[in-house]
Formats: sequence, C-alpha cells, structure tokens
Amino acid sequence: MGNDTSYTDQKFEQVGRRVKRPDGVDKVTGRAKYGADAYAPGQLVGLILRSPHAHARIKKIDTSKAEKLAGVKAVVTYDDLPDLTGGNRGMMDILENCMARGRALYDGHAVAAVAAVDKTIAKRALKLIKVTYEKLPHVTDVDEAMEADAPVVQDFVFTSGVEPKPTKPSNVSGISQFGHGDVDAGFAEADVIVEKSYKTEQTHQGYIEPHACLANMSSDGSGELWVTTQGHFVFRNVCSTLLGIDIAKLKVTASEIGGGFGGKTHVWMEPVALVLSRKANRPVKLVMTRDEVFKASGPTCSTSIDVKIGAKKDGTITAASANLRYQNGAFPANWGMIGAMTAYACYDLKNVKTVGYDVLVNRPKVAAYRAPSAPMAAFGVESTMDLMAGKLGMDPVEFRIKNAAKEGTRASYGPVYGPIGIGPTLEAVKKHPHMRAKLKKNQGRGMACGFWFNFGGQTCTDLNIGVDGTVSLTVGTIDVGGSRASLSLIAAEELGIDYEQVKASVADTASLGHNDMTEGSRGTFSSGMATIFAARNAVEVMKGRAAKMWDIPVEDVVWENGGAKATGKAHSNLPPLTLKEIAAKSPQTGGPIAGHNETVADNAGVSFASHICDVEVDPETGSTRVIRYTVVQDAGKAIHPDYVEGQFQGGAAQGIGWALNEEYIYGKDGTLQNPGFLDYRIPVCSDLPFIDTEILEIPNPNHPYGVRGVGETSIVPPLAAIGNAVSNAVGVRLNHIPMSPPRILKALDEQAGG
Amino acid sequence: MSSVLVSTTINGDPVEFACPPEETLLDSLRDRVGLTGVKEGCGTGDCGSCSVTLDGRLMCSCLVLSAEVEGKQVGTVEGMVQNGQLHPLQESFIDNAALQCGICTPGFLVAANALLARNANPTETEIRYALAGNLCRCTGYDKIVRAVQVASKEMRKKSKKTKKK
Ligand code: FES
Ligand code: FES
Repeated sequence: MGNDTSYTDQKFEQVGRRVKRPDGVDKVTGRAKYGADAYAPGQLVGLILRSPHAHARIKKIDTSKAEKLAGVKAVVTYDDLPDLTGGNRGMMDILENCMARGRALYDGHAVAAVAAVDKTIAKRALKLIKVTYEKLPHVTDVDEAMEADAPVVQDFVFTSGVEPKPTKPSNVSGISQFGHGDVDAGFAEADVIVEKSYKTEQTHQGYIEPHACLANMSSDGSGELWVTTQGHFVFRNVCSTLLGIDIAKLKVTASEIGGGFGGKTHVWMEPVALVLSRKANRPVKLVMTRDEVFKASGPTCSTSIDVKIGAKKDGTITAASANLRYQNGAFPANWGMIGAMTAYACYDLKNVKTVGYDVLVNRPKVAAYRAPSAPMAAFGVESTMDLMAGKLGMDPVEFRIKNAAKEGTRASYGPVYGPIGIGPTLEAVKKHPHMRAKLKKNQGRGMACGFWFNFGGQTCTDLNIGVDGTVSLTVGTIDVGGSRASLSLIAAEELGIDYEQVKASVADTASLGHNDMTEGSRGTFSSGMATIFAARNAVEVMKGRAAKMWDIPVEDVVWENGGAKATGKAHSNLPPLTLKEIAAKSPQTGGPIAGHNETVADNAGVSFASHICDVEVDPETGSTRVIRYTVVQDAGKAIHPDYVEGQFQGGAAQGIGWALNEEYIYGKDGTLQNPGFLDYRIPVCSDLPFIDTEILEIPNPNHPYGVRGVGETSIVPPLAAIGNAVSNAVGVRLNHIPMSPPRILKALDEQAGG
Repeated sequence: MSSVLVSTTINGDPVEFACPPEETLLDSLRDRVGLTGVKEGCGTGDCGSCSVTLDGRLMCSCLVLSAEVEGKQVGTVEGMVQNGQLHPLQESFIDNAALQCGICTPGFLVAANALLARNANPTETEIRYALAGNLCRCTGYDKIVRAVQVASKEMRKKSKKTKKK
C-alpha cells in the first residue's frame, strides 16, 4: 500500500517545540564520539604521502626503505588498489583520487600511504618513501584551462553535449544548456540591457572536524569502518566496490559528524585506510591534518560567469542569459550544469538561456558545498539585477517582486513550480524594519535572493516500542545539526506521546536498510517522512493489539491522544488504552511492537530565501564589516525552529566568509599557498553581528507536514547581498569574489582616479 | 628514542604518563589520557577546538608540549561537570541550541568559562572578542553568544544567592 504524502493542514502538539536535543549532554561534556575519537586494540597510525607538484608523472615509487623500518606494518601505493571497477569511470575517478595512478593531478594528490605502530614512526616512514616525479605543465585557472593550448588534465575526457563528437580530449568535460523562449527576440524587445562578467574564487566547506576513520579488516574478508561521513551507506557501497568486499560484509558506522556541508558526501581516503588495515591485518586509524583537508578534500568551484539581462522601462524582464564556467578540479563533474540550472530559478522569465561549462584544472576534486554551484550563479545574476534596477530607477526589491517566479511559472531549468516562497520572502523583506533602519557614512544596504532544489532520496527508518512505552527511533540519515531532535518530535507527534518518550539514533549499515547520502537538505524532509509512516505502521500494530486486549474487531479501534479508543456504542464502557498499557502487554499479545518504512522521498519542495545586509566599508583599508544581517527563508514547516534558524544563520555566515575573505590562492607553480585557517580566514565571532532570521512557512504540498529542506539555501544570497551593499556604501561594484580589502581598495582607487 | 615522564593534575586528578618529548599536550590528552573531548581542528593554534586551561589560563593544547605541563593544573571540558551537575554554560548551550555539529563546543565551553572567570558580566563585544580564537563553522556564532550571555546572567544570579546565604 502506498503512503499518502500529501500535505494536510493538521494541528501540532509536538512539532514546532524548541526541545532539548537528545545528543546535547554528550556534546557539551566531551562524551560524543567523532571520527577521530574511536580506538581499537592494536590500532596503527595511518599517514598519507602527497604530491608536492600540481601535475607530474610518477616515474617510480620506492617503498623498500620504509617497509624495512621497524614498527612499519604496511606501505601501500596504487598497486595495492587494483582496478575492480569494471569500467565504471565514476568509480575509477574516486579510486584515482584516493591514490594517484601514475600521474599526480594536483598539489596534495595522494601517492602512497603507511601504517605504523605510532605517529613518530609513521612520519619517519613517509620520509623514507622515494618518489621520482617528472613535472608536467599545469593549469589552475578556469578560463586558462579552456584555452586551446592549455595543458590537458585528463586525456580520457572529451567534451560532452556538443555535436559532432570531438576528436581531441579537452578540459571542458561538458557543456549544458537550459532555458526556454527566444532570448535574441527578448533582448531586441528590451529598453535597457545590462551585461557584466564576474569571477568567484574557490572556497572550502571548512568543517572544523578533519576527515577521520578507523578501518578494521579481518582476515576472513569482512571488515568494519568507523568514519565521519554524511552517508555511511553510500560509503559502504563505494568502498565495497573499490576493494572487492561483499556489501553485507562491510559494516560502516557513522561517527558523530563535526560538520560536512557537502564535503563529507565524498569518499576521499577511506579505501586507503581499509587497504592498509587489510595489508597490516590490524586496525588502522587515518586522520587528515588541516593542511590535507584543504589540499585534498573537496573545495567548491572557482568560476567565471557572464550575465546579460534585458528589461522594459516598466521593469519587466524581456530576456536573460548567462554563460557559466565552473572548474571541477582534476576530475569531471557537472557543477557548471547545476550552476546553469539555478541561475535564474527565482524569476518568471519569458526568454531565458543559460549555458554551463564544466572544466578540468589541476586542483583537488571539487565537492558539494551547501547548495553547490548556486551561490556563484546567484552572485552574477543578483548583482546584475541590482545594476538593472539602478538603470531603471526602480527599487531593487520592487524590481525583483515584479519579476519573481510564482506558482505556475516555468522554471528556467524546466519544471513548473507549485506553491513557492520567493514572492513571500520578498514581500517580507519589503516590510522588514531592517529595510528602514538608518545608515551612516560608508555604510550601505544590499539585498539578494537565492534558490535551492532540495532532494529527497532513498530512506529507511525503524521505530520500535519498548515494553515500558518508550520509543526507539532508528534512522539512517546522519544528524548534521539537530535532526535527531526534529525526527523525535515527528515520532512523538504521530504517536501522540511526549517528545521525552522518544529516543532517536543513527543506525550502522548492518542494522538498517540503505539510506542515501544526507545531502540536498534531505535529512529532516526524507527521514521525517519515513518516520511519519513508520509511526503510522506502529499505530496500526497497536490498534490490533488493543483490539485483542478488548476482544473486539480492530475496525472498532481508533488512535487518539496517544492511545487506542474503542468506537461505537457497544464499546462505550471500555476506557481507552494508552500506548504504555498496550506496550506493557505486548509480550502476551503478539510480541514486539514496531513500525518500519522504506521509501524514495520524492518532491522535496524547492526553497527560496531573500537576505538583507548592511555593511560598513573602511575607505582607508578597504576592509568591510557586516553590521546587520537578516535572513528570510521559506521552511515549509519548521519542525524544530531553533535548528532551522541555526541553518539560516550558519549558511549566511559561510556566505559572508566567501564574499569577503575566503579564497584558495594558488602560486605560479600550481601549489596551494594558504592551506591553513591562519591564511584561509573563515569568519570568527568578532567579525559578525547577530544574524536575524524570519522563518516563513509555505507548506510543501508533497509532505504530510509541509516540510521543505532548509539546510542549504541560506548560503546562496550572501555573496550578491554583500556585493550590492558594498556598492551602495562606497559606490564601487565588485565583480570578483572575495571582496577582500586589496580588491576593494583597488576599486576605490580606480574610482577616485577615473 | 627516550620518552619523558610527565606528572600533572588534570581536572583535579593526579595523572602520570610517558610520551615522546615532541608530543603535544593535545595528543597526550586524547591518545594517552583518554580525554577525547579535547578536539583537534587544525593542530596549529588557529581553531581553538583543543582549548584547555593551564593553571587557569586559556591555551591551545596543540601548541603546548606535554613535557611543559609537569606539575601544572590542566583543565578540560571533561572537568566542567561538578557533582554530576552540568555547568551553567553547558546547560545554556543545550537550551539555546548553541551547537549544531558540536565539534567546536568543548573548545567554546572552555574558552567561555575562562572568560566568565575573569569577567562575570561581559558585554556582547567582549564575548565576541574573547571567543574570537574559537572557530565554529555551523552556527554563525549567533546562538553561541546568546548562550554565553544567558549563562553569565544565571551564574551572577546564583553567586548573589550564595553570597546572601
Ligand atoms: S587544534 Fe589547536 S587550535 Fe586548532
Ligand atoms: S557547531 Fe559545528 S563547528 Fe560549531
């Protein structure tokens, strides 16, 4: 029987409460165990040797001296990771990224690894491995990589999406196009056209917990992996495939996760830990240093984007187009395609065309980073929207409201929208007191909009009721920021009991069916949906048990206020049975009470936000401070408002860092110059103001409670909101992110000079 | 290679361990003493997740050699619970949702505790600067600052009460 996922406008008892999270005490006392906090008897220390070159042929790896060092238990190179992918190039890319195969493709690419009895010996062993490199020409800039004479990063890559099929390999792995209507005709109709090009630099998710795992392979071919990840089931499947282990024989347990933001959706080094363990026949703990995290785990793309918008004098946009070039690091991906899909998603456009270019360079493999690809596209589009509003003499909010997408709009990337939040967030911005607050000298206000798709995906949830009437909720999505609290609220709501009676935990891969990665803001949406149906199934079981206890037909039993009630005149003498009473009798009425649900949660419900930002620019130093910030976003339904606000605030803060400070800086030699938190500066507490939030609730019609994902959209608007604010503060329009002090000073100098 | 023997006091308890002379306090606390509430985010003094107190002073334990803590008093997040009671800062972090992933939380708690020990009534700006050595990537710091404000108020109320008694 299919479950009805349609939204019903029900009243909530539990959902919406700001309850204490179940993992709170563990996390404030230091008891919670993260990736690096597991220890196994006899465990070895693993370390990875990495390429110091941006691009080099590996002529020889001599591990003999390292192997002979006392205390070294295993040394591995790509020879220990044979190709078991059966021609699956995507899998091969993961494997090759874990360990270079004859060619180092970026500064930091893994070349060999050791496992030794302690850190000191492991470090010495790394020094004893002799690698002979032959340096090759490299390219790290996205525009340079597209030039005809650029060094080719991967010779198996031929541009897809063009006819006829190219005959020569290219750094452009794919070209994709979206849109509808006729943009040429649209631009011809326009009274005003604005065209501008933008660049954004590469940033890292910057989770505070480095990648870490503890691998433990047994000589019988089975194994266990403890790992910090956003998706242990997916990690299991990938590692099993790459190492030739049966899926059922590899048990992966997700540790508490110290931040991911997309960066922990990718397998970076876990197969190496497993292979070291297999070779040494001992458990191996492998933990990245911060330097390794920056160099060899996924940052997001750097980009180069051209935007063109045409409008009538009355503010109607007649055509909009964009070319978006995204670098994906050394392995093909489709981040440029996603950028091209999101660029104009906020607007109702008659004629729109976007072209995404996916480009290879000698940088680390790009990973998802919170609403991946959308912030850069929004920077280009939303900056241009402000420029256009200026030219038309229109208020930027009014201009956006006039062109905002609404229910029935065909999105620039294809689908037709249902009920959506872009209009309401803009109206809320218009009304917000922030918009009327006074500004001082060198201060300016900007606003911008953002969109994210959201994702549902495969989900499996168990709900077990103990004989004392307490409830164990077992989910397979990772708790990245309080979802165990939200999911417990949902279970309590369905069962009609108090939140305190539910305890949610994340199961290992041996204890629950497959769950997709916790990405696309899906944790609370999809596991929430599965929890609702698992609870409803458990209710059905309990109704049956109550019927048995009363000895009446189950059709005469309903579930109300956390208990079974007998309906109909014949049973009016029967007092209701509480969940607790039914649970207590369960050993006699048929055994344990449980509810399960397996689903592919579709229709996650798109998400929109509008942000307002005030900045103050110091014209002497070019340094910019955010002095006030407001996030307005549609959550569909906020299950636990604290953690919804937390997502809004955290995304905004990451966007602020991206806009003003954060960037990967590559030297001429193609090596990363700032792989540490000192030189790659993320916002600290004294950099930021309080971040105000306004949660709007426009129900997702495809979720029983109306939930939409909330985790990602908040990083989309800040880049442009700050760019617009800087422009309003000191009159210079920055088209290059981050707007670091030197870039702002240069723009101010040029303004003064010109 | 010869180890050094370190005798020190951690969270009030006497502790002895042997370690290589170049080992950091962070590594010893985690790998030898079993105090994994002390986290490593960078190992270079830039993130504050390894924050401890050394004779009451806030330190990054990744920048301290274990050999240096001989005879000193080390305080970690594990020592904040007193008589089975959460510290008001710990309570407040939970109540005010000041953690998302929680990896930075031990460091923030130790740093905030050190702040409140020397300034019982800090302003928002004082809190922000006192915690500027601790990185949090999840929260945007909003709820962390609020949680410290609430805890400091609670603690002042409590200490007034005990003074009256
Ligand atoms: S680990 Fe010590 S400051 Fe980051
Ligand atoms: S809560 Fe995740 S880093 Fe602070």
